[in-house]
Amino acid sequence: MGPRTVADTIREITKRHLTQNNGLLLGESISAVGWVNNTVPNCPGIVELPMTDVAGAGIAVGTALVGRRPIFVIRFQDFLILNGSPLIFYAAKVKELHGKSAPVFVRAIAAEGLGPVHSGILHSIFMHFPGFRVCSPMTPKEYEEIWEDFMTNDVPMIVSEHRMSYSNTQEMKDVIVENADITLYAISSVRFEVIKATEMLKRDGIKCNIVHIVWLKPFAITNRLIEPLLQSKRGIVIDPGHEIAGASQSIAYELNQATGCSVKALGLYDRTKCLCPPFQNKAPDAGRICETAKEVLQNERNLVVA
Amino acid sequence: MRSGTFGIVRNLSKIFNQDVSLEIFRRMCLVRYFESGIIRAVKEGTFAYPLYLSSGQEAIAAAMSLVIPEFMIFAQHRCHATYLSFGGDPVKLREELFGLPGGTSGGRAGSNCIQCHENNIAMYGHHGLIGENVPLAVGAALGCGKPTVCFFGDGAAEEDYVFAAMGFAVSHKLPVLFVCEDNNLSILTTVDTRRSWSMTNVATALGMPGIDITDDPWTVFRRTQELKNNLPAFLNIYTCRANWHVGTGTDGPPEWDRYSMVKQELGKIGLEEQVQEIEKETQIQMEKLWDQEQLQILSGK
Repeated sequence: MGPRTVADTIREITKRHLTQNNGLLLGESISAVGWVNNTVPNCPGIVELPMTDVAGAGIAVGTALVGRRPIFVIRFQDFLILNGSPLIFYAAKVKELHGKSAPVFVRAIAAEGLGPVHSGILHSIFMHFPGFRVCSPMTPKEYEEIWEDFMTNDVPMIVSEHRMSYSNTQEMKDVIVENADITLYAISSVRFEVIKATEMLKRDGIKCNIVHIVWLKPFAITNRLIEPLLQSKRGIVIDPGHEIAGASQSIAYELNQATGCSVKALGLYDRTKCLCPPFQNKAPDAGRICETAKEVLQNERNLVVA
Repeated sequence: MRSGTFGIVRNLSKIFNQDVSLEIFRRMCLVRYFESGIIRAVKEGTFAYPLYLSSGQEAIAAAMSLVIPEFMIFAQHRCHATYLSFGGDPVKLREELFGLPGGTSGGRAGSNCIQCHENNIAMYGHHGLIGENVPLAVGAALGCGKPTVCFFGDGAAEEDYVFAAMGFAVSHKLPVLFVCEDNNLSILTTVDTRRSWSMTNVATALGMPGIDITDDPWTVFRRTQELKNNLPAFLNIYTCRANWHVGTGTDGPPEWDRYSMVKQELGKIGLEEQVQEIEKETQIQMEKLWDQEQLQILSGK
């Protein structure tokens, strides 16, 4: 058996929850081909929902109300649009309104390159509403940590997973270099691309800090986040979701307000994600991240010259 | 089809235990006089928040609360009658309507979101999206196996997720009693303007028992008794709200006035004196609860 992947981690956590914690797992077509990319164990406690998204989410929230701490699997984040209603209007509000809780662990799975209804990244929408914790773990340890957080809190959690992470066995540490030219803040799947982009930029003589962002909400401004930016003076927040009113813009704003440094947002163009090239509107890859970093630096040089 | 006599089991009031009949009336009376206090307070300008009154529909919860007091409750937005009949504290409801910390949700939720989690009552608050409570009720029954009653209106019955959740309850044999409090109105749009099908037919097609009745409390009591051990099941109960969809005004006289009909029926079986006593007693209690001086203190006016 090789090193533990993110998929192994999710499967082990789930098995423990279902067999030892009286937990439940609900979702559509869970046992179909591949058991959700091999992230779900075959064990008691799994509830196959009919293909009824709004009702299905409501049923999951109902089980949370009576203390089952359900894991609710949404195979493609695009389906959060339909599933969102009971999560947003009930689960997220019940604590503030009524002092009760509906802790549901929403596994919202993202993918890339699968067309207009299977490639969406929607975590930004859930950052907008009060009452959620929103995160995007990409490593085994991060997944363990966010699970621990869920089990020690009583609010619903949106876990923005990405299929690209499932085979990952490596932890991803921040990279802080001396006299960095720019700090790259990376979210979800683009964290893998940012590492590649940093190597490419290094070859061009540009030094980058990398800061990995797991928690989107609450988003706490910590020294870990702002010190690299204060040193490099400029940064980019990169997210695989839409840029407009999305996580990248929101977090760039927070960092700018906290430091006064210039921070750019980089995400999807304001276009639908289509199936085939050149219309896919894919998440920013290493090439686009490099170009953007160079643009930021060039613009600053131009300003200095002017 | 819809009427004040539809599906009535004849002469039930005559064979019913009289104490039970009077207790049903006591609960109806509590709702009616509690809400009379609200109406008065609104006239006096004490209230600033939206109010969803149950008057006119109170017989349903009054009867059911005596048959299934131990059920978990998922109420709809028009929920004062449910709360009061199942044993909720009227003082806490009043405080909630005023937005005060002593309210059922600390004054944060308001008239259409009433909850109760004390005195062995498990009533979950609605959040205002009609029919949202149906999947929640089904999920709660799935999660803990406890019998559950879920109230919703004829408008909510049209929400697609209501059918889906009811179907799930059948597939998983969950102990849920679905109750449609059918006042024929979505705000002011009548059922026949909105649809040509019957919710009871939908329920039976999904595979659960489904019955249409009117809100005669003895019939509601009897049908609930019959169905409570044969869940999931569906009851569509014709009823009339006395006041606006939201607010304390009226849209004209209701199609029927169940409160007066029940009083009359109790008189026919020789309980007129007890009825008057219950009414007087409740009226005094509620007048005290809605005392003008106290309201002014509560509302800070």
